[in-house]
Amino acid sequence: MSFRTPLGTARGLGSAKSGVAHWWGQRVSAIALIPLSLWFAGSVLQLTHAGYADVIVWLHTPWVAVLLSLFLVTLLYHAYLGVQVVIEDYVHHKGLELASLLLIKFTCILLGAAGVFTALRIAFGA
Amino acid sequence: MATDNRPVSPFWIYRWQITMTMSILHRATGVALAVGSLALVWWLVAASMGPEAYGGAQRFFSTWFGQFLLIGWTFSLFYHLCNGVRHLAWDAGWGFEIKSMYVTGYTVWVVALAMTAVTLWLAYSGGAA
Repeated sequence: MSFRTPLGTARGLGSAKSGVAHWWGQRVSAIALIPLSLWFAGSVLQLTHAGYADVIVWLHTPWVAVLLSLFLVTLLYHAYLGVQVVIEDYVHHKGLELASLLLIKFTCILLGAAGVFTALRIAFGA
Repeated sequence: MATDNRPVSPFWIYRWQITMTMSILHRATGVALAVGSLALVWWLVAASMGPEAYGGAQRFFSTWFGQFLLIGWTFSLFYHLCNGVRHLAWDAGWGFEIKSMYVTGYTVWVVALAMTAVTLWLAYSGGAA
């Protein structure tokens, strides 16, 4: 039998520890994604019937490389935060939950690194 | 335990309301868009590998399944974007009255579907190119 109060065992584990950072990160990235995703959707729409050469010309534009890199990083950060909550809500097996969270985190970082590297590689002329 | 008879989930005790569908759809479209980031990076990497690899990606996206995915991601983006703005408004403390819940909810549907329709119309008619 434990003589600790329920509050004593819960203190430091709740949202006061790190939950606010998650909440803010999700909101700030959401706000950033409003203009970024509209820009991306508009750009892709204009490239609907474009061929390979047009796409490369588009990707060569400096501000496209910058905005595309920002879009990728913000998107993947926001996606990670969102999918994290979905996993925490629906995956009840502790080990499986941790494994899924790691898999999603590593996948997002890998996609972000590959995406930004590729965007810059094309922009710098490869 | 005395707590065993408590209702555990609102899904079993509430009548259906559009707000619950909108809430779960926000998650579903979010997960769909997260999966879409894979396709985005794949498309970008294909473009960096040259015309042949890029042509392969383009061929995949022009199959019926590829088109299905692109249309799904288009709607998901606009829905998640519009409903996300609705969520941000709630975070700012605005729109919690039952009436505004419904007004903003239906507005999200109308705007998201309109944006999807215009985008698809421009894409398939070639109007934007």
